[in-house]
Amino acid sequence: MKKSEAIKKAFIRSVPVMAGYIVLGMGFGILLRNAGYGVLWAFAMSTFIYAGSMQYVGINLISGGASVITTVLTTIMVNARHLFYSISMIDKYKNAGKYKPYMIFALTDETYSLLCEDKETDNGYRFFVSLFNHSYWVIGSVLGSLLGAVLSFSTAGIEFSMTALFIASFTEQWITTKDHVPALTGLLCTLVCLALLGAGNFLIPSMLLITLVLTLIKGREGRAK
Amino acid sequence: MREAVLVSAMALVTIALRFLPFLVFGKKTPAYISYLGRVLPQAIIGLLVIYCLKDVSFLSHPFGIPELAAGASVVALQVWKRNPVISILAGTVIYMILIRAIA
Repeated sequence: MKKSEAIKKAFIRSVPVMAGYIVLGMGFGILLRNAGYGVLWAFAMSTFIYAGSMQYVGINLISGGASVITTVLTTIMVNARHLFYSISMIDKYKNAGKYKPYMIFALTDETYSLLCEDKETDNGYRFFVSLFNHSYWVIGSVLGSLLGAVLSFSTAGIEFSMTALFIASFTEQWITTKDHVPALTGLLCTLVCLALLGAGNFLIPSMLLITLVLTLIKGREGRAK
Repeated sequence: MREAVLVSAMALVTIALRFLPFLVFGKKTPAYISYLGRVLPQAIIGLLVIYCLKDVSFLSHPFGIPELAAGASVVALQVWKRNPVISILAGTVIYMILIRAIA
């Protein structure tokens, strides 16, 4: 496939992600600005971390004075799903050559959802789908940060966009999966840790408890089928 | 400076997670890892929902009503339209209106 053709096809494929990334990126930029971090922070986080949920959580980590250990463990838990995306792309990206490192770096939930079942397998095309999505996210974040500085109305309550993002993902996963035990395990383990340890200390114990419980019930799958 | 360290940590760990399978499991993925890859995302999203709502007080005014009502709208819209951008935008606007109307 010629490069110009790959770029054109990739752009058309990426349009559905454009609206979502610009809106969610703007939400992130505004929240980050409200937490006291300006446009350079928005640009750097969206360019180098490039993981939506993690960046929303990251605002709380950097503004709340989290430790490096807490940050590392939280990132591992929140982004553990990327292991799974990468595992399922090992074969597909095998011959991507010079495009491969960037394509792996830019493998977000949305890019994965566009490319995992895509019939078009040209690597230039995949590279540009990844690049277009990444640029929407960075543009949205920078716009949000700039807009957050000049908005005249009160943006109080905009932080609910993060909660809404997770509730929407939770609902979507609930609809698309038959087995609800993992989702319920997540909710229950977290509620137990919150009740026992309080709002300041429950995050990492919850993550450990979830991993432990999911490991203990691993055999359940084989028996159920 | 401390913030720059934390942002770098988030970036490096995220990069490591994305590259690790390509570097380690060239051919065969251990069953335990692919099991965790399958079930952890769902559990962690549940954790994140609770994490976001951890500071809501259900025993004092406004009794978590804005969070519950806006959260329920997000669920309903997601079930109905299956479009996360619509669900998130509408839920956030509803929340912003409610905290002004009730407080």
